[in-house]
Amino acid sequence: MATMNMSQAIKSALVFEMERDPDVFCLGEDIVPDPGGVFGVTEGLQDQFGKNRVRDTPISESALIGASVGAALSGLRPVAELMFVDFIGVGMDQLFNQAAKMRYMFGGRANVPMVIRTCCGAGMAAGPQHSQSLEAWFMHIPGIKVVYPSTPHDAKGLLLSAIRDDNPVVYLEHKELYYKDGEVPEGEYTVPLGKADVKLQGTDITIVATGLMVNRSLAAAEKLSAEGISVEVVDPRTLLPLDKDTILDSVKKTHKLVIVTEDVKFAGSSAEISAMVAEEAIEYLDAPIIRLAAPFCPVPFSPVLEAAFMPGEEQIIASVKKALQG
Amino acid sequence: MRISNKKMIEMYSTMVKIRRFEESIEELTASGTITGFVHLCIGQEAIAAGICGVLKDTDYITSHHRGHGHLIAKGGKTDLMMAELFAKQSGYCKGKGGSMHIADMDLGILGANGIVGGGPPLACGAALASQYKNTDDVTVCFFGDGAANEGTIHESMNLASIWSLPVIFVVENNGYGEFMSQKDHMRIENIADRASGYNMPAEIVDGNDLIAVFTAASKAVRQVRGGKGPVMIECKTFRIAGHFVGDPESYRDKQTVKKWQKAEKDPISRFEKILLEKKIATKSNIKKIKQEVHAEIEQSVEFAKSCPEPSTEDLLEDVYVD
Repeated sequence: MATMNMSQAIKSALVFEMERDPDVFCLGEDIVPDPGGVFGVTEGLQDQFGKNRVRDTPISESALIGASVGAALSGLRPVAELMFVDFIGVGMDQLFNQAAKMRYMFGGRANVPMVIRTCCGAGMAAGPQHSQSLEAWFMHIPGIKVVYPSTPHDAKGLLLSAIRDDNPVVYLEHKELYYKDGEVPEGEYTVPLGKADVKLQGTDITIVATGLMVNRSLAAAEKLSAEGISVEVVDPRTLLPLDKDTILDSVKKTHKLVIVTEDVKFAGSSAEISAMVAEEAIEYLDAPIIRLAAPFCPVPFSPVLEAAFMPGEEQIIASVKKALQG
Repeated sequence: MRISNKKMIEMYSTMVKIRRFEESIEELTASGTITGFVHLCIGQEAIAAGICGVLKDTDYITSHHRGHGHLIAKGGKTDLMMAELFAKQSGYCKGKGGSMHIADMDLGILGANGIVGGGPPLACGAALASQYKNTDDVTVCFFGDGAANEGTIHESMNLASIWSLPVIFVVENNGYGEFMSQKDHMRIENIADRASGYNMPAEIVDGNDLIAVFTAASKAVRQVRGGKGPVMIECKTFRIAGHFVGDPESYRDKQTVKKWQKAEKDPISRFEKILLEKKIATKSNIKKIKQEVHAEIEQSVEFAKSCPEPSTEDLLEDVYVD
């Protein structure tokens, strides 16, 4: 067991898998020169694995994502880095029209075993085009998988699974979580895709949270427990395919649900979770579902406004208390 | 260059097969027998036959919405293609793709494509794989004058040039990007001029002259297999059919089309003349080839008609690899 931050955990997964499987290679913008990607995740990888296996690309998202698709079709296992999830617009066709659909529209004749790693989320005053949470867009695409770890342990295990998965996977890395420390087992272990994790057991209410919001929910839960409120925090870890069973089991136990996500509330990832629970477990709910998410605006630059944009601990506590009132 | 008689006959047969397949599709669509959007490559057969004539099975191609010719020239099976166009379960894509999504990984066909400009980045990826695995396989990226204006072709040509990827960018300049004629959609006459912007060698050929296309392709393949980086070949041709079957073609006059259908411009007629003049084939050989091809296409139609429809139970099959 080692203590490391999420950035280091991601890198250790890359190193492990590239050592194990010669078909795995990395490409992306600025992933080679110091610091190794914008957040230093890929630092030193080219020194270890060489220029053939760790490739810097020009600023060409269509080409870098599309080349990943073509390489995956031709037998390799690319791990592409999209510098910021906000840049997906430039290369979106290659993801949603090509990678996602090829197996189906080619009648099962093709596999596209690729991973797109990308950073997301606000909190660094990076502005409207560098701070978004776009998981709802990706969840809406049949044919891909969407992974969103909240701890270094999950980050390493999920990335190993994602690289080994024969489907295209979008792997989301919250910028603030890069610096978050956690315990990570040495060597090989995987966290299965499509399996949620109950991060905290509780009995009074369920919080389903994603990404950075898992951490804020756990912090809120600790404060709430001092007031005698027992919160269960469920982290889906994979958004597509969504682990409905773990979420429903929790709701059937606590009878109350708050969903906390950083993406915009309207048509956001919380909407799918909410609709699913309402469809399949409404008789178990003692109170309306509460969704706590970002307001319907671009992410503002000002740190004061950005902090107001992102759901915070106080809001989570208030939402829990509201739900408990029934 | 010296081309064997066998090769010449083979490529002629390929052109005839493409033509007959496309005319067949035109008839079947007009009669309402098959449905969906279809984009025919009538008049452009020499490019598919000439370029693919130099490729091996392990070489890759990326194609586009007007891709039946490429698929056939690369070895695609006409019965599976036809069944796919009939939307049947036994088609190449189990009826789930249609005309624009036929692919055959075993033959290095990375698919026709419904997105103009969708292929070039994929071609870079396949070429990257060859380079990575240290094989001498090349990737041909077919695209049209319309696609030449998509951002993806710029990104792809640049990426291929900086990484010296084994890609042959074949631009089929048929005079039209959908309904827009070339003179309106770009300021240049020769798309090959753009290659110099990537320090990439380029050649311009008469795309309706099979021998010229084959010769240029042979040279390109030698260069690219040798690891010297990507090249471009611009093939000048003309799109005889409309953009899609059913296109009223209000944007062009019928006289221009008729001119290109004449024997002295049509790629198949031109090559037939050479085969006869050089005594590589007799009139009787040619007739036999046409009969065999027609029979093959007819059989593929019968096969397609006889195949079952896909089952609704298969709607969710192949969304993911399990």
